[in-house]
Amino acid sequence: MTSETADSAEAAGTIAPAADPGFLQRHGTTIEYILIPGAALAGALMVFGIFVAMFGKSPLDLYFYMYYGAFGTWFSWQNTLTRAAPLILTALCTALPAQLGMVIIGGEGALLIGALSATSAALLLPGMPPLVVQIAMVIAGVFGGGLWIMLSGALRQFRGVNETISSLLLVYIALAILNHLVEGMMRDPASLNKPSTREIGAANMISSIPGTDVHWGLVFGLIAAIAAYILIYHTVFGFAARVTGGNIRAAKIVGLGVSKLILTICFLAGGAAGLAGMVEVAAVQGRTNANLAAGYGFTGILVAFLARQNPLAIIPVAILLGGISASGGLLQRRLGLPDASVLVLQGIIFVFVLASDALYGRIGFLKGKS
Amino acid sequence: MADGSIGLWTVPLAVLGGAIRVSTPFLFVSLGECITERSGRINLGLEGTLVMGAMSAYGISYLSGSPWLGVLAAGITGALLGALHAGICSLPRVNDVAVGIALMLFGTGLAFYLGKPLIEPTAPRLPAIDFGWWSDIPQVRAALRVNVLFLIGAALAPILYWAFRTTRWGLLIRTAGESSDAARAMGHSVLLIRLRATMVGGFLAGIGGSFLSLFYPGSWNEGLSSGQGITAVALVIFARWDPLLCLWASLAFGGAAALGPALQSVGVTSGYHLFNAAPYILTLAIMIITCSPKRTLTGAPAELSITR
Repeated sequence: MTSETADSAEAAGTIAPAADPGFLQRHGTTIEYILIPGAALAGALMVFGIFVAMFGKSPLDLYFYMYYGAFGTWFSWQNTLTRAAPLILTALCTALPAQLGMVIIGGEGALLIGALSATSAALLLPGMPPLVVQIAMVIAGVFGGGLWIMLSGALRQFRGVNETISSLLLVYIALAILNHLVEGMMRDPASLNKPSTREIGAANMISSIPGTDVHWGLVFGLIAAIAAYILIYHTVFGFAARVTGGNIRAAKIVGLGVSKLILTICFLAGGAAGLAGMVEVAAVQGRTNANLAAGYGFTGILVAFLARQNPLAIIPVAILLGGISASGGLLQRRLGLPDASVLVLQGIIFVFVLASDALYGRIGFLKGKS
Repeated sequence: MADGSIGLWTVPLAVLGGAIRVSTPFLFVSLGECITERSGRINLGLEGTLVMGAMSAYGISYLSGSPWLGVLAAGITGALLGALHAGICSLPRVNDVAVGIALMLFGTGLAFYLGKPLIEPTAPRLPAIDFGWWSDIPQVRAALRVNVLFLIGAALAPILYWAFRTTRWGLLIRTAGESSDAARAMGHSVLLIRLRATMVGGFLAGIGGSFLSLFYPGSWNEGLSSGQGITAVALVIFARWDPLLCLWASLAFGGAAALGPALQSVGVTSGYHLFNAAPYILTLAIMIITCSPKRTLTGAPAELSITR
């Protein structure tokens, strides 16, 4: 549905609506899916510009430095892509269950548990070849995060517990478990000021993509997003999931195994976020500590909503939001804006995107004349 | 046990004092959330409201010299954020849970942004009432230094309990929460009722935030709230949407949070973080116990999106 995205958006600008009503009938929904989030984004940037102008900073400088810090140089591109990698994965944690009509907001928890499991796997396999350790870390991370979100799914399916609240509670439980283990059982005695686990070892770290400073986690993210897209839109399993999300009673009547669908999708969703945790450990931090709770899980929710829960659309949106967070440093240095400005902008974007949900199907000229 | 040393009694005393101190923000946020959820809408953004309230209270208290003006400012800020939440939610097809998460990000970000210059200066704090004057033991006196806001909150809980049962406003809020169709049939605007309920909820949550920055811990910094707003939302579910139970649950959660540091002071250092997570674990446990696929939580407003 969204495969011919960019082309049709440009086409919409050039072809007058009245000239070819059939075109709009065929592509109206697709155009809507690009136009409305795009407009929401533009509106949010405008409001943020006004906000910054109230503090005596020039909005034009702001937009320039944001662009420059995010996409202006090869260096900033690499910074952006490095931040986009975990965002793609945590966004999948919200987008996959959304196909079933579930609102999971616990990606942060799955990320932390995934990181913890991956670190444990590496520490339990001393002296093994790096490739073996890395594969074990991936498996441990995916299973840790996967089972964590599957718990929410199971509670929903078998006990009727709301998955949104349970996944949110599990974030804070995961954080407590992480802090407890990092300051207790798994603490490296040498880490004095910042309690951490022992390091997984330089040999076991995931390297960068040749010729760049971007680690392989980005490739993991891209593969996961494409695989999720194929799973949802081009397999029977994905079709069953979307049917269930559309009408759960109809799904039961035609005999779909709803429990199995919910548990599998939740496992895959949590697995993606767990993989993000593994990547953060194996490519960035090198160990587990409280630094991992950097909010990637919560920004991932925003990415998923902005991408309208479409796994493929998550990739550009994650890069865009990765860019916004990458530009934070430059905004701080050049414009003297507080580091929280990225958070403010994310909040404004989120508010605009959600409010724009009301616009779907209401833009007159997109409906075409029938 | 000579002169002032009271040995292991430190622990229950510290828990008591901590329960009263730590529970106040829980109490205000949970009472506010209780009003909002009873009207049929959930506001997960109260974490952001709490932090915004803490920041604006500190700022206004510093600028005006009056901590009570700060409390008022925190309430007004909270009400404005509540109005924003309700305004977006009243648009068609907008998910109130997602709006809550958005406002959580926005409120926290805005508070950190505007509060940057407030980390250095010291603002006048709220006074405490000394209920421990009769005792010579410093730990007892410390535990019984109670803030007026706690007393207001503790009085508010039974008042709300009564108001939900007997007053016109209480009944209207409950009608909107149990069946929006019924409220509409009676000629009331459900959106307006929910707007007001969310604004009052935000007002109380903002005041809860002012307690954080103006009394305990009593300063403004970015690590001020460690998820108390989210805890309080969980607490409302734990308390089954009953304002009186909110009071007891706030005290219990406050006590649980105070247990960690109290045990630390007598040498028990492990398990600190697990005690902090106790509210989340308890809430999850109570949801697991009381939910079933056939029926939702008892006492839950029927219109609430999280119970359907």
